[in-house]
This record gives sequence, C-alpha cells and structure tokens, in this order.
Amino acid sequence: MLRLENIHAGYGPTTILHDISLAVEAGEVVTIVGANGAGKTTTLRTIAGLIRPTAGKITFEGEDVTRLSSHEMVDRGITLIPEGRQLFPDMTVQENLLMGAYRKAARQHKDAALEEVLSLFPRVRERLAQKAGSLSGGEQQMVAIARGMMARPKLLMFDEPSLGLAPIIVTQVFDVIETIVKTGATVLIVEQNVFHTLKAADRGYVLENGEIVLADTSDALLHNDHVRQAYLGI
Amino acid sequence: MNTFLQVLTNGIMLGSLFAIVAVGLTLIFGIVKVVNFAHGEFLMVGMYLTYVLTTWMGIHPFATVILVAPALFLLGAVTQRFLIQPLMSADDDHIQIFATVGLSTALINLALLVFGADIASTPASGLRTPLQLGPVRLLSGQVAILVASIAVVVVLQFFLSRTQTGRAIRAVAQNRAAAQLMGINVNWIYILTFGIGAACVGVASVLIAPLYPTSSGIGTYFVLTAFVVVVLGGLGSIGGAFAGAMIIGLIDSFAGFYIGSDLREVAVFGVFLLILILKPSGLFSSRLNLSHVSP
Ligand SMILES: Nc1ncnc2c1ncn2[C@@H]1O[C@H](COP(=O)(O)OP(=O)(O)O)[C@@H](O)[C@H]1O
Ligand SMILES: [Mg+2]
Repeated sequence: MLRLENIHAGYGPTTILHDISLAVEAGEVVTIVGANGAGKTTTLRTIAGLIRPTAGKITFEGEDVTRLSSHEMVDRGITLIPEGRQLFPDMTVQENLLMGAYRKAARQHKDAALEEVLSLFPRVRERLAQKAGSLSGGEQQMVAIARGMMARPKLLMFDEPSLGLAPIIVTQVFDVIETIVKTGATVLIVEQNVFHTLKAADRGYVLENGEIVLADTSDALLHNDHVRQAYLGI
Repeated sequence: MNTFLQVLTNGIMLGSLFAIVAVGLTLIFGIVKVVNFAHGEFLMVGMYLTYVLTTWMGIHPFATVILVAPALFLLGAVTQRFLIQPLMSADDDHIQIFATVGLSTALINLALLVFGADIASTPASGLRTPLQLGPVRLLSGQVAILVASIAVVVVLQFFLSRTQTGRAIRAVAQNRAAAQLMGINVNWIYILTFGIGAACVGVASVLIAPLYPTSSGIGTYFVLTAFVVVVLGGLGSIGGAFAGAMIIGLIDSFAGFYIGSDLREVAVFGVFLLILILKPSGLFSSRLNLSHVSP
C-alpha cells in the first residue's frame, strides 16, 4: 500500500534520514522502533508530505506521491496523528473534530464520521463544547486520535500517542488503538512503549541514526538480542 | 452637557474611523503573522480608486465598493503570494518587514507619479451634510462609517467562527503544522487572509474618500493610529481592535477639547504606553488567540 524506497530527507541542509526503505501493506500494523532523535518523527512527517525528500521515492497504492504536499496526502487517505497531540487549543472539541474532515471528500460525510468517532470515544462526546486547550492530556490525545479518524483515512499514522500520559491513561489509549486495529485499519505507529507496541504490531523496523538497521516480524524482533538489549531493557 | 455629548459623539465617530482601518491590519497580523507596513498605502490606493471611479463614472462613492473591495482583495492576495510567501521560508522574519516597508514606499511614489502632489477630492455626494441628532451634530458620512465598521467586525467574526473556511483560518493561526495535517493548504489560507484584510481596507477607502482629501501621504496619517489601535486591542483580535479604536477615538476627542488640541497625541500615546506597561499583551486577549503556541 505504502512504499518508501531509498528516502533521504531532513531539515534544510541537514539530512536526517539516510536511505530509508520500508513498506506497509493494507490491513497491516507496522511499527518503527528507535531511540530519541533516531528520526522516527521525521519519517512520519516525510510520509505525511510535511517534509519533501531530497532523494528516493514514495508510492501509495501504486501512485508516485513523492512530491505531493500535505493536503494532497490527506486527499490520498494518509493521516498523521502527530506527536504532542497538536490540537487547536482555542477551538472547541467539536471544531477540532470538524477540522479533521476539512478536505472536500471528507466534508460530505462529516456528520456520519462524527457519529462514528464519538461512538468510539464516548468521553469526547461529553467534551464537545469545551475548548480543546482546557482538556487533560489524556482527553486531548483521544481528541487528537478522533480528529485524525474524521477523514476516514486508509492509512493512519500515530506518533508517540502515549507520550507524557499517566500509566492508567496510557492503557486507555492503547485500548483505543487496539479497537481501531481490530476494525481492519492499516496503521503505522511509533511508540516509546516498544514492548506493548511490538505485541500489537505485525511487523517492525528498527531505526538508528536515520537508518533502518533491522526489519522483521514483531515476534522475531521481540526475540532479537539487539532489540531486547537496546529497546526492551531485558 | 450638550458639549460633552458632542465631544463624546466626535470620539465615537473618530473611533469607528480608526476601527475600520485597523480591522484588516489586525487580521493580517493575527493570521499571517506579518506586520503589513503598506497597510496605509493600501488605504491610499483604495481612496484613489474611489476618486477615479467616482469622478470618471459619476457614481456615488459608496457604489464604487463593488470594484474597490475586490481590487484591494487582489492587491492583498498578490502581495502575499508574490512578495511575502517567497520570503516566508527565510530564516530572518525581518525581511518581511523590509518587504512591506518597500512596498509602501513604492506605492507612495507610484501615486506621486500618477496623481502628482496635489490632493484629489472625491465628490462629497451629500456625505458631508451635517445632521442634527438631538443635541449633537454629525455628518451623514460619519454615521455611515460607524455602521460599516460595526458591520465589518460582525461579518468577520461570523465568518471566522461559523464557516469551515473561517475555522480553517483560525486553525492555521493556532497551530500551523496541525492545520497542514488536516489537509489545509496553508499558503492558500495566507493568500485568502491577506486578501480579506486588504478588502476590509478597501471598504474603509470608499467611506473615507468622500470625507478626507486623498493624497499620497494619507496612508501614513491613518495607519500610525491603526498600529496603536491594533497593539492596544491585542494583536490579532478583531473585537479588540474595535474596542481599542473606540478608546483611542474617545481619548483623542476629549483630550483635544478639554486639554488642548496640540496635546491630543500626547494624551493618546500617553494612555497607550500606560496600558502597555500595565498589560503588555493588549487590553483584550485575542479571540483568535494567536500568541498561543501549542505544547
Ligand atoms: N525542525 C527541526 N529542525 C532541525 N532538526 C530537527 C528538527 N526536528 C528534529 N530535528 C532533528 O532530527 C533528528 C531526528 O529527530 P526526530 O525525527 O524528531 O526523532 P525521533 O522522533 O526519532 O525522536 C534529531 O537529531 C533532531 O534533533
Ligand atoms: Mg519523535
């Protein structure tokens, strides 16, 4: 479904990603594992069209999307739920959700999409009229996920959804993601909670200093000595 | 008492004049985050357009709005697309300031070239006729400015809070990266917003032209106060700009009458500095809340 071939990308003159190749097939849950600063966020931002690769090729459903901008990627059905939630703080929760269905295609089914996500997030429904900035961290993360789903994306990307949340909230966030996965969604996820994420994922890539050093099934990675030492602390 | 009411009325009229000039400025600043130093010259261009259309076509100055507002929209949109946007990726934000200052100088010289140094008087078309409303006298053109400034503020607030495009504009101001992730074309929103801000000043032009003589320097005259109003109201706050304009108009009017007309500006800037010292973010925390950077 999604394929990155020999991607180089970065910020201005600094190249962060070196020769990244990865793929996500329809219906798969794929994770990218790596230390802080390895380039995970940069990878997701590149796929989302926020960063233009300096070399390499990205294809989505067979189409070359390497040079498309972010709004065109949203049209293709790729949504990134960004690190740090990134809500619109002075807009209500409902307005935030509606922004998730901003593109023309999504706008037509925004009412139905709103009902869908609210049935998945009953807590969000109670907060619809509140300013997003006034919610707790966990609630904000739920809204961020709900907002990402408003466009009914074909590929949903999560960047550190549990970052900065209390353990009990982390469990709730994972429950929600697992529910989404069970609906057959295609997911690319980056998470600091490597063990938990590998358990939920089909396959994983290990990213170190902007390069992919390992790619395997989740089971194999969970038993890989390097992964166990570096990321699972076993 | 009657004198007091007259001075009060003058202050409100002056305030609405400042408000209608300042609204577009605060919108552009709040969303695009560019201080448009050519804003006064946009007003000048609009006033010359009003003058030309009124004298050539013999139509009422207010009727020219159907051409002047779109023309100014275009001027603003083109400024954003071809002057500001190419500079937006520059590391140094100051370059945009130099660009708008340069544009302002260029427009002044263009006006001098086309219209010379003489003033251009748009026909008053009855707008300078005094009206007697109870104890106070005012011009019908001033009433029009008051009504129009309120209308512009209400329409803009409605547009920003109730329409999908308006929400997208606020989203871009509150979190640019997240707005991009929603599929909002941020460059397009900037062009649209700059255009709307300039169109607002186009509306101001057709209202002001029948009351004030147009010259190449007219923009400088109005825009300095407009900057004070925008800062006072809280950068990017449309309601704040309106309230700030009223405050400045009232101070100007009362100080001019009760203290002395030479001291009007001293009073205006004195109060301005005092408020800034007490509340540096301006009187009204912005409705768009543009200073807010997401975590
Ligand atoms: N906006 C930016 N400008 C310049 N360098 C950046 C920027 N964002 C991240 N980086 C750098 O890119 C590298 C990878 O960062 P990132 O992709 O955020 O890593 P991760 O998400 O794996 O923690 C880091 O060295 C970081 O300092
Ligand atoms: Mg990251």
